[in-house]
Amino acid sequence: MRTVKTGVTRRSVLAGIGAGAAATLVAPKMALADKAATDEAIAKLAGGAKVQEGKVKIQLPQIAENGNTVPFTVSVDSPMTEASHVKAIHVMAEGNPSPQVASFTFTPTGKATVSMRLRLGKTQDVRAIALMSDGSVWEAKQEVKVTIGGCGG
Amino acid sequence: MPTPRVKIPAQAAKGEVFEVKTTIDHDMESGQRKDSAGKPIPRKIINKFVCTYNGKEVFKSDWAAAISANPYLSFFLTATESGSIELKWHDDDGQVYSASHAITVA
Repeated sequence: MRTVKTGVTRRSVLAGIGAGAAATLVAPKMALADKAATDEAIAKLAGGAKVQEGKVKIQLPQIAENGNTVPFTVSVDSPMTEASHVKAIHVMAEGNPSPQVASFTFTPTGKATVSMRLRLGKTQDVRAIALMSDGSVWEAKQEVKVTIGGCGG
Repeated sequence: MPTPRVKIPAQAAKGEVFEVKTTIDHDMESGQRKDSAGKPIPRKIINKFVCTYNGKEVFKSDWAAAISANPYLSFFLTATESGSIELKWHDDDGQVYSASHAITVA
């Protein structure tokens, strides 16, 4: 690797990283919803079942310029028959003031696909879990970069 | 009174899966905002949406403040019999906005 003189010393870079780490340590205390709170909410909804990755698919833009209205689709790879269907989908946004976004309750009809428009306060992971008729629980998540937050001030 | 707009096919073949598309005019006031005097604006959102098909509840959704203003919702049903599809939006203040759509299943 070539050495480029930029005026940035190893020491100043390390100091910067240190400051960044301190900021991340403080940040979760200010946010009302975070990953831990969302994990807790998801565990509660799963009702003791193991949350497995897969089957659920989230469609969101990678970059949302306007956090006030972000198009969102969630679908689950499952039949919708009496014997095997999706009972519910719960959607959570880790970085919003409150993680709850929406819950959908299904019956054996149509297909397990729902679209809405969301408000996202900042860049964050959006997560969805699906509760199946056989008792299994599946999860997916996707990160969205939000340019202008949609939670007002 | 907010006006719901609904798009559902008028006819469908028996067993066909069709899409229900809806929007309704509503501010979905999140409760997070403050007015010009710095006072918090109280939350007023549509918190529940229910769809019944010939009287039977087939789809339900609970909404939080993270749903955008003028909420859009799309979901799918299977055409089983002719009749009516009823949609109801429940507001925080107790008001219920509804729409009804006739479908012919051949």
